[in-house]
Amino acid sequence: MADLPILSIVTFLPLVGALITFLIWEDSEVARRNVRFVALFTTVVTFLVSLGIWYNFDNAQSGFQMVEKVAWIREGDISYHMGVDGISMLFVILTTFLMPFCILASWDSVQNRVREYMIAFLLLETLMIGVFCALDIVLFYVFFEAGLIPMFLIIGVWGGARRVYASMKFFLYTLLGSVLMLLAIMAMYWQAGTTDIPTLMAYKFPAEMQTWLWLAFFASFAVKMPMWPVHTWLPDAHVEAPTAGSVILAGILLKMGGYGFLRFSLPMFPLASADMQTFVLVLSVIAIVYTSLVALMQEDIKKLIAYSSVAHMGYVTMGIFAANTQGIQGGIFQMLAHGLVSGALFLCVGVVYDRMHTREIAAYGGLVNNMPKYAVAFLIFTMANVGLPGTAGFVGEFLTLLGAFRANTWIALVATLGVILSAAYALWLYRRVVFGTLDKEALKSILDLNTREKWTLYPLIVLVIFFGVYPSPVFDVTQASVDALILNYQAAVDGAVQAASK
Amino acid sequence: MVMDIPNLWLAGPELWLAGGAMVLLMIGVFTGENSTRIVTGLSVALLALAAIAIFWFPQTGEAFHGAFVMDPFARLMKILVLIGAAVAIAMSVGFARRENFARFEYPVLIVLATLGMLLMVSANDMITLYLGLEMQSLSLYVIAAINRDSLRSTEAGLKYFVLGALSSGMLLYGSSLVYGFTGHTGFEGIAASMSGGVSLGLLFGIVFVLAGLAFKISAVPFHMWTPDVYEGAPTPVTAFFAAAPKVAAMAMLIRVVYGAFEPATAEWQQIITFIAIASMGLGAFAAIGQTNIKRLMAYSSIGHMGFALVGLAAGSQAGVSGVVLYMIIYMAMTLGAFACILAMRRADGMVENISDLSGLSRTNPMMALMLTVLMFSLAGIPPLAGFWAKYFVFLAAIQSGLYILSVIGVIASVIGAYYYLRIVKIMWFDEPEQGFLPMASELRIVLGLSGLFTLFYVLIAGPMSDIATNAARTFF
Repeated sequence: MADLPILSIVTFLPLVGALITFLIWEDSEVARRNVRFVALFTTVVTFLVSLGIWYNFDNAQSGFQMVEKVAWIREGDISYHMGVDGISMLFVILTTFLMPFCILASWDSVQNRVREYMIAFLLLETLMIGVFCALDIVLFYVFFEAGLIPMFLIIGVWGGARRVYASMKFFLYTLLGSVLMLLAIMAMYWQAGTTDIPTLMAYKFPAEMQTWLWLAFFASFAVKMPMWPVHTWLPDAHVEAPTAGSVILAGILLKMGGYGFLRFSLPMFPLASADMQTFVLVLSVIAIVYTSLVALMQEDIKKLIAYSSVAHMGYVTMGIFAANTQGIQGGIFQMLAHGLVSGALFLCVGVVYDRMHTREIAAYGGLVNNMPKYAVAFLIFTMANVGLPGTAGFVGEFLTLLGAFRANTWIALVATLGVILSAAYALWLYRRVVFGTLDKEALKSILDLNTREKWTLYPLIVLVIFFGVYPSPVFDVTQASVDALILNYQAAVDGAVQAASK
Repeated sequence: MVMDIPNLWLAGPELWLAGGAMVLLMIGVFTGENSTRIVTGLSVALLALAAIAIFWFPQTGEAFHGAFVMDPFARLMKILVLIGAAVAIAMSVGFARRENFARFEYPVLIVLATLGMLLMVSANDMITLYLGLEMQSLSLYVIAAINRDSLRSTEAGLKYFVLGALSSGMLLYGSSLVYGFTGHTGFEGIAASMSGGVSLGLLFGIVFVLAGLAFKISAVPFHMWTPDVYEGAPTPVTAFFAAAPKVAAMAMLIRVVYGAFEPATAEWQQIITFIAIASMGLGAFAAIGQTNIKRLMAYSSIGHMGFALVGLAAGSQAGVSGVVLYMIIYMAMTLGAFACILAMRRADGMVENISDLSGLSRTNPMMALMLTVLMFSLAGIPPLAGFWAKYFVFLAAIQSGLYILSVIGVIASVIGAYYYLRIVKIMWFDEPEQGFLPMASELRIVLGLSGLFTLFYVLIAGPMSDIATNAARTFF
């Protein structure tokens, strides 16, 4: 088992599924059904195999595990280098876990070009897993950027009315951020002589260079995250994307930004991160408060959840750049929890959208009368989004606030406002959609969850509550790596302070 | 006086092409217009055999008193040029049959132009360079106007001729200045006499030579002919123009700046940097408004030459290797893209508007898929080949500290991505129009090879980079 290249297997299994799907050439009802089953089977198998990664994972180790390394391109010294540590491992699991739900969510709602749709999703899965496993910075960039292609097509082909605008904006915005990072990667190569991530993490870049590199990486990750004020692509992309596309966007693609901060910005440029700490914290707090206020005023359910995502990502960046155990642990947990919760919320929106084909809040009301099961599921996810204790949403939010409090009291104080505001917009949304009397003609005959939808929502409910009550499995995994990260970070910052005071 | 017998073996491929072209011309003249198919087939075979011979019998050395040189760099670039020319001829077969474009002179002229290109690639003397360049250019002028009954084609040919003659004049004037101030026409001699410093007159000479060469690769500000010629010339001709001559001219540029002007690196670096920035910028912005896909490809090629020049501006081995790799990948992508453009045929004839592609993903999924891959690759999105082309030229630029050039370059590539995405959008997001007629088999093969190369480049990225590095080592 130990010799098996399990990370590569998990990464490229979906690609194999995509190839099989590609070979189902004909376009009949039976073929479409086969395509769906192949995709579902592939994602489920990928998830099961990926559990092997967790099983083999040694919590006590802070370094990279299950490493694979093959020389790739001599010119530029690029190698195919894969491995996971406590920070990245759970994101791999999150990705493989969410994918079957995406396939299920698209089961009936996607009727045209099913084959291309499933290929795009499976391709996207390979690329997303690759991002979290890559231990060569160029390999990371390749996976990171390549993901734009399937996502562009998913939004553009199967999206809503303004899909062309949204997909173009998504693509170009993210690309612009990333190309600057690419130049920084090249500069790092010439400085350190390698593109190997573990080696780069140990390399000490000169202080002045760190600032430039940090800014270039920030340009990419801040857009991806997205942070205020470069978040404007997200509401557009979310609203226009098909349900499964939104789930992937909110659940995984946004996490790449946070993962990038943890993998590159903090360990490789600690001095610049320390210098920029206040800057990032302020941006995070603005994101939390401002986008929560914006969310209050939305009339489109998806747009509201999209803005709420930006606010929640504000907590993540705040926690990460608080740069202490609570902050970073909280940030990671918040990302994982938000992956589940926001994914689930988009699935909930998808349920009613499939029935009514509108996302206008005003078009709904009183759903609880006809859809009691749906109302319960939606309530639990709304509460988790608000951060109610006992749900997964609470743990991350609380820890990031705790971390921020240690780093900067004022920041924490203002950020806490966001907790209140999130309760306001989420509960108000819930009341307008679910409660009230069912007096709209169109809604009178609406049906409750069917079996497929139960299968997509109930497992998520279990996990959201499980991790809310018992979060330690996550912390056990991340502990060692986060401690090592903070140790190195503190050593670098203290070293610079000592050097300055000499 | 002892007669020096030149080492003719080194120039074997050139002699083979020259002789072959004569024979083909004779066949054509004596059998008339019906011979087009035979002549076309034979000329592809001629080019292919030359490429195989160069590949199979690698040799290095100088001939004709140092005026002609054969080295690993020339070898690689010659193979590329020959492949580009052979594919361009092959792609014209179906077009010629359907569009009444059957002229046996066409393949013969391409062979002659290719002969000129091989000379350019091997030129080690200003005179050889000029001979090769004119041999190529004169053939190209005629080829551009080959559709002599078409107003647009003749206009394109005339425009190309007038501007091309101007640029040849500049090049010649520059060479004469260089000769006047150094006393040499051979590249080694020029470089040697420059080591003491670069005088103002010599600098003028360098600028004129570079301007003449920039015209040939259609770099800004000498790009004006490109969109008109691309649009006006018959499409197979455009496909030929976009690939092989660009490779040859770029190879010649590399050899001139490293062979002859190496001591003046700091000087020409500034010029190349400016040309690169201007080309990338213009290529990105001017293409946005285009509706004709051939014009769009013209601006795209201007932009790509800008990106390739970024590697040259770096002035290092990594830079040259980047340019070589860029040209390989660029040629592969361009030929594939033109195979698609040549396949844009409806019952009532060829179409060449971008909007004609709408809904292609439904009417012809395979072609749409391949063209999508090519478009993302041209935009430079990983993991496709176009990304690696850009990666290595920018890597070299960063190594040489050209940060501003690099930042402008990558931003231009994002702007440029917009118009490639627009084509993808039209193919995938828009409602289908009337489909195209089935693709001719030769176009299918070219498109398939080009698409697979682009898609699976990641798997051969290692060996490809080694090949480019090997060629670049010639100059260092």
